[in-house]
Amino acid sequence: MGSHFGAVQESYAQDLAIFRTKLHWGALFAFLLFLFTCPLFFSDRMLTIMTMIGIAVISVHGLNILTGYCGQISIGHAGFMAVGGYASAILCAKLGFPFWIALPCGALTAGIAGLIFGLPSLKIKGFYLIMATIAAQFIIIWTIIQLRSITGGPDGLSVPKPAIGSIVLSSKANYFYLVMAFTCLATLLAKNIVRTRTGRAFIAIRDNDLAAEVMGISLWSYKLQAFFIGCVYAGVAGSLLIHYYSFASIDQFPFMDSVWYLGMLIVGGMGSTTGAIMGAVALRLLDELITMVGPILSAAVAPQAAASLALISHGLIIIIFLIFEPRGLHHRWEMIKAYFRLWPFSHEE
Amino acid sequence: MEKDRQVKLQIDKVSLSFGGVSALVDVSLDIRDKEILAIIGPNGAGKTALLNCINGFYKPQKGEIYYEGQKITRMRPDKLARLGIARTFQNIELYTHLSTQDNLMAARHVLMEHNFIAGALYLGWAQKEEIEHRQVVEEIIDFLEIAPIRKRIVGLLPYGMRKRVELARALALGPKVLLLDEPMAGMNLEEKEDIARFIIDVFEGQGASYPDTPVLRDGIRSIILVEHDMGVVMDIADRIIVLDFGRKIAEGTPAEISSNPEVIKAYLGKEK
Repeated sequence: MGSHFGAVQESYAQDLAIFRTKLHWGALFAFLLFLFTCPLFFSDRMLTIMTMIGIAVISVHGLNILTGYCGQISIGHAGFMAVGGYASAILCAKLGFPFWIALPCGALTAGIAGLIFGLPSLKIKGFYLIMATIAAQFIIIWTIIQLRSITGGPDGLSVPKPAIGSIVLSSKANYFYLVMAFTCLATLLAKNIVRTRTGRAFIAIRDNDLAAEVMGISLWSYKLQAFFIGCVYAGVAGSLLIHYYSFASIDQFPFMDSVWYLGMLIVGGMGSTTGAIMGAVALRLLDELITMVGPILSAAVAPQAAASLALISHGLIIIIFLIFEPRGLHHRWEMIKAYFRLWPFSHEE
Repeated sequence: MEKDRQVKLQIDKVSLSFGGVSALVDVSLDIRDKEILAIIGPNGAGKTALLNCINGFYKPQKGEIYYEGQKITRMRPDKLARLGIARTFQNIELYTHLSTQDNLMAARHVLMEHNFIAGALYLGWAQKEEIEHRQVVEEIIDFLEIAPIRKRIVGLLPYGMRKRVELARALALGPKVLLLDEPMAGMNLEEKEDIARFIIDVFEGQGASYPDTPVLRDGIRSIILVEHDMGVVMDIADRIIVLDFGRKIAEGTPAEISSNPEVIKAYLGKEK
């Protein structure tokens, strides 16, 4: 065959790989090196922001599998995060479980909650399913408040500092490493799920549920699997969030967060693992930007607007994306890549 | 002699109605091994309704359907796909955001086994299975001459190509019975000839040309074809069933059907 121009795959394994070229691998290692050295040159505040971004990315990966890939729109994602977070908090605080066992248990509990609240999806879809998932959010929070003796109700629940073996993750840097490890792993697993058999079944259901059933995909089984996987991701994110603060409170899982997770998916681009990351990072960075410029801006214009600035800008960004780039940042990124792939001969055969 | 052939699919006095409208009335027919059976009839005669009953979309109020002797009347469509019944649709029903290759891979679903945990870990079982089935998919792509659109998103393909991808997807399921709902609708002569050739090739099997892909090597030995183009039907069908207003009005070889006065009245028009 000799030498080739461009990327040429010579085996199916190569064609199916995520990282196919030297450039891909180089970028991956550069990125991992960057993450690893972050605590050396970033302040604690910066590390906190990145930790929160990591948690959001994990959560949005879950929502992306459920909504972006399987097409089951959920506006109850923060509720499922609460299930995972509280489950692992209770195991740690009340039963003395170590953190590294409590977290997967919390994730599993969230997954089971997802299965239960996913049951309506077998009968209803679209708008009605959205209403059912909103109900899930409120039922979950209400239940947490009612189970005061276990969850602490509105007062919240203190959780011991997480520790892995003898290492107590008390510093921002430690926790940053932990969250980044989970984020990278969650990304890899999510990508693998969506590019293999299960992921194709999800997309088949999203694109054409009638044809999917005729082609042998069991709708109820795969819809519930999507709910389970999506909510396990939410559970991991919820656990990480609660252990970061060493405190569980219902204020960490407001209804608006459920809406914003969906917003992150819209901004990033539904049905793309890269898009989920882009959306979560973009909206979280927007948050930080607003926290920084908000006070200055509101002092200059209208002091009473400061509080609602975040809400307004989030809403505005989502509307702008829905109108001008409904396929999200990911699609824009693909367009840029396609442009440079052909550059300077910008035409296709 | 014809009666000796094994009956693949038996439809026994099936009746289907929507409210007061009867779509099918006491329809009985057999699809045997080694035959292409065409179902013809004017618009609204119940052809598609009959296909929908066979693959479980509609639950007929009366009558039974048997596949290789097993009662399948009220089975779920995905179970029937596992038994080996595949179909194409009159209005193309592809997974619009997937590439051609992934549409076919999605159809291999029932023949693959790895679950989402193996898929998430990828290396090992899932990868091996993905590659194995990708090879089969490539053979089907090669057979139907759609290699140039392998990685194209099907939603953006022209109509004729999407029709062909849908046929490819049905083949990827590796079925024993193939239901084709107007595979040539809206095509020009050249495209129709292509599809007719593919249907015959699929039916006869390609033997040594595709030794590793059973569905292409051995062929699909029972095909039901719903089609309006009488020329095509007369040419490739072994037997023809004529439906009119939900009733079976005639059954026989192309020669018998074309000379049947009832059929001529109902379908071909009175002038002839």
